[in-house]
Amino acid sequence: MADELFFKPIAELGALLETKAVSSVELTRAVIARTKAVDGRVRAFNSYDEADAIAQAAASDVRRAAGQARGPLEGIPIGLKDVISVAGQPLTASSKMLANFVSPYDATVTAKLKGAGAVIWGRLNCDEFAMGSSTENSAFGPTVNPWDLTRVPGGSSGGSSAALAAGEAIATLGSDTGGSIRQPAALCGVVGLKPTYGLVSRYGLIAFASSLDQIGPFARTVEDAAIMLEAIAGHDPLDSTSFKADVPDYRAEAKRHQGPWRLGIPKEYFGAGLDPEVNAAVERAIAFYRAQGCEIKEVSLPHTQYCLDTYYIIATAEASSNLARYDGIRYGHRSKEAKDAVDIYFKSRAEGFGPEVKRRIILGTYVLSSGYYDAFYLRAQKVRTLIRQDFLNAYREVDALLTPTSPVPAFKLGEKSDPLALYLCDIYTIGVNLAGLPALSVPCGFTAGGLPIGLQLIGQPFAEANLLAMARVYEQAHDWRLKHPVLP
Amino acid sequence: MTMSSAPDLNIDHVAKLARLALTAEEKARFSQQLGDVLHHIEQLGKVDVTGVEPTAHAFPITNVWADDIARPGLTVETALRNAPAQRDNMIVVPKVVE
Amino acid sequence: MNYEAVIGLEVHIQIKTHSKVFTRVAAGYGQPANTLTDPVVLALPGTLPVMNKAALDAIIKAGLLLGCEIAPVCKWDRKNYFYPDSPKNYQISQYDQPICLGGSVEIELPGPARNVMGEHKRIPLTRIHLEEDVGKLNHFATESLVDYNRAGTPLMEIVSDPAMHSADEAFAYLTSLRATMIYGGISDCDMEKGQLRCDANISIRPVGETKLGTKVELKNLNSISFVRDGIAHEIKRQIAVLERGGTLVQETRDYDGQTGASQSLRSKEMAHDYRYFPDPDLMPVKVDEAWQERLRAECPELPFPKQRRFAESYQLPYTLTSVLVWDRTLADFFESTVKLVGPAKAQAVGNWITNDLLRELGAAHLEIAASKVSPAHIAALIGLFDAGSVLTNAAKEIFIEMFATGDLPGAIADRRGLRAAPTDAGELEQWCRDAIAANAKAVAEFKAGKDSAINAFKGPVMKAAKGKADPKRVDAALRQLLATM
Repeated sequence: MADELFFKPIAELGALLETKAVSSVELTRAVIARTKAVDGRVRAFNSYDEADAIAQAAASDVRRAAGQARGPLEGIPIGLKDVISVAGQPLTASSKMLANFVSPYDATVTAKLKGAGAVIWGRLNCDEFAMGSSTENSAFGPTVNPWDLTRVPGGSSGGSSAALAAGEAIATLGSDTGGSIRQPAALCGVVGLKPTYGLVSRYGLIAFASSLDQIGPFARTVEDAAIMLEAIAGHDPLDSTSFKADVPDYRAEAKRHQGPWRLGIPKEYFGAGLDPEVNAAVERAIAFYRAQGCEIKEVSLPHTQYCLDTYYIIATAEASSNLARYDGIRYGHRSKEAKDAVDIYFKSRAEGFGPEVKRRIILGTYVLSSGYYDAFYLRAQKVRTLIRQDFLNAYREVDALLTPTSPVPAFKLGEKSDPLALYLCDIYTIGVNLAGLPALSVPCGFTAGGLPIGLQLIGQPFAEANLLAMARVYEQAHDWRLKHPVLP
Repeated sequence: MTMSSAPDLNIDHVAKLARLALTAEEKARFSQQLGDVLHHIEQLGKVDVTGVEPTAHAFPITNVWADDIARPGLTVETALRNAPAQRDNMIVVPKVVE
Repeated sequence: MNYEAVIGLEVHIQIKTHSKVFTRVAAGYGQPANTLTDPVVLALPGTLPVMNKAALDAIIKAGLLLGCEIAPVCKWDRKNYFYPDSPKNYQISQYDQPICLGGSVEIELPGPARNVMGEHKRIPLTRIHLEEDVGKLNHFATESLVDYNRAGTPLMEIVSDPAMHSADEAFAYLTSLRATMIYGGISDCDMEKGQLRCDANISIRPVGETKLGTKVELKNLNSISFVRDGIAHEIKRQIAVLERGGTLVQETRDYDGQTGASQSLRSKEMAHDYRYFPDPDLMPVKVDEAWQERLRAECPELPFPKQRRFAESYQLPYTLTSVLVWDRTLADFFESTVKLVGPAKAQAVGNWITNDLLRELGAAHLEIAASKVSPAHIAALIGLFDAGSVLTNAAKEIFIEMFATGDLPGAIADRRGLRAAPTDAGELEQWCRDAIAANAKAVAEFKAGKDSAINAFKGPVMKAAKGKADPKRVDAALRQLLATM
């Protein structure tokens, strides 16, 4: 059994650690061994610090022996997307720009996980600066999908979803600006949760689009996601956009609520471009909820067709400013070719950033530039109000929305080389970010070819407990979570 | 500009504002790709936003601040640890012409 | 042709806070390079700003002191531009919703003479907003070294309307603005430390013309006298260009206070396009009436209103009020002393402070706060003098010793034997009789109506008293005796 430790959920491992059937060092060694065995193929990690992880695990075992275990995450190895800062560890955003950067401070979520006794394990690959939907935009090469090594794991948090699916971590953190947690969770067959904007501190998360970014967990089970969320949520005085909301016992709440719920099916999310197998799996999930006594109601989010454009204006505008700090002056890549100070900017940024990042910086700079602000950014912010209003209107009638997470299952590496085609992968996920809502993706089956499919549940603001409960009811009635990829 | 007119993306000007040195090949490719994206974005001009307030934050709150109590910062060594070039505890850049 | 200059000033003033404006590492001046940084100051990946409440209080207070309208809601914007002293390559500032709007600065122009009050007027303000300061570049032959200690220091930008017309007005504006900020405890405004920095927008136009001329921005006016000299120089330069048939170009010029000349800064490689947009990392600020009221209660009386009150309540001449009111501590010192001796003695208090105390402080290079002489000392000295216990010269000597030692004047007078002679009326009368008896000629002259003849008796009386007689009492005694003759 020991060699399968790395596929167990947190809740089960917690019991093993608690009874001292397994130590954190043993668990961490198992995860390290698994990583060494498979990551040559999955390539989920940008780097990891084996000695540091073992030291953390040993410290956890000491705490446990002394009766000072800190809760369900005590001794559990957690991987972090390489956009979340860990003191003394590299922080690269999968960019050449930060290839040699070592962060001197902990993100708030990192500090919270450490405080909860977790073992911080490894730096997980992603699209450069979290810009992408396939993890192919990493300067260090793509991560692949453990279910089919010729396919993408989704993105931008593809390292976080792939590592978890492949048994290289027990749970992971990612970040979600337009679907970057939910979409890779769907494509890799794991649970992924994007919290309400403001529930989890962004301090220490490399900013892509500040008004949309949220950190959230990837987990094997809904219960694990609840454990993770509880550990990282809560008001942070270091993040001015952090909300002073109560953090409930998500794990208990998720078990307590049994429904039935009023669930909305947004008709705009089931149109052209939706893969028939994905559609069928989601329809079966809807039928399940109906059978559970839930009221299923078709709803309309009439501004859905404008989500993508609104998103690309707001996200790129904010990104163009957020990424201005990467200039090769104080840290990061400095071009050896630069002759003067101005040259440092132009050449360092040209050498340090990959094509997708450059494209988005150009687009964002353009929409903010003199004469275009009102037509683009201001207008997008107004349309954002309408998009948000669509959701709030729907919530007068329903408790949550059910949709596919991604219109398609995992696609082949290199298949979507046209940026616009790739941007369309996010059409079901970006509205949630624009509206600031919580949403999660839970596995809801496989294609005939064995690729995972994700069901998205979109909740009301700060109603994560409800959302977890709904997902759990579905999850417990199915056994998708028990399947693991078999790596050749 | 109005949204109905084709957006005129002057890639040289924008790349200068963004401090990005682009190759001729990149300029051509980005112009074409971003032209497509901007063309797509034009449909936003069709939305009636009369009287609609812009959303800057999904959950706006006001007066978020901290009390004025100084806390220790980074040591010079830590502050400059990632610096590409340093001397006399300062970051070195080629002479800045003002 | 006669020309009129039109001048607007943009003044940046650092707000005195313990920590920086968007993070809590210490703010300060004169520390070793890069010792006042943290991840936020250095704009390390993942860092976020958090407002400093004290900086907001300070700028609202500044607005109240200057009669600005305080915006009920203001927000934060990013001003995007690349420069090595700007860690994020954007500056958090306020673009279209500044915290303070309107208001004005009262100024006094130079009077016809030093001791005569000049004309007063109000220079209207456009706005005041809060932003963050940048780091400091130290330029060397081939390199520049960057120190981020200053980066993130709270900075107010105070923008005047283009409403000044001479270098003297600009000088008076800055003097008054600076005093107001120091009075309010908002900033120390030390220009040498860069706590107050000034840029001027200057244009000229033919007198009578209402359209503005071509604007030149003058930078690096880093002392108040440089501001006056630089603006005067620029006005002359512009007139000279027009008079020889040239045209002015809109440009930025750098003024060198040492050489008194300015030169055009090479036109920036790229036109500015700051791409302002609301900072998504910060939330708006709402200022309600209660907050304003609380700060209004902390607002001190400003120099000019104080000057008017001193003139009215204490009948002080301009020569005294113009010295007393510009330093809040000095003005408070004055009023504390007047409280002890009564308003009738206000002028004497004013004289002691402006003549003796300021002279001694100047010689010792001390601030008034460090003075060993307190209001109680001066009150005691005035008391001794009025009682005739010490005479003018003795009092001056006592003051100097009091300043040096902090001892009370009575103790010094005793120790140094500076008290006026015991005023035995019989003895004084005898000395007077002797003096009158010895000078019949003067008696006759006095009787004949020559009042000054009385002075002839005073010398012998003072001699007999060994200089320790009160001249007023001597005079009175002599007149009494002469009247009976």
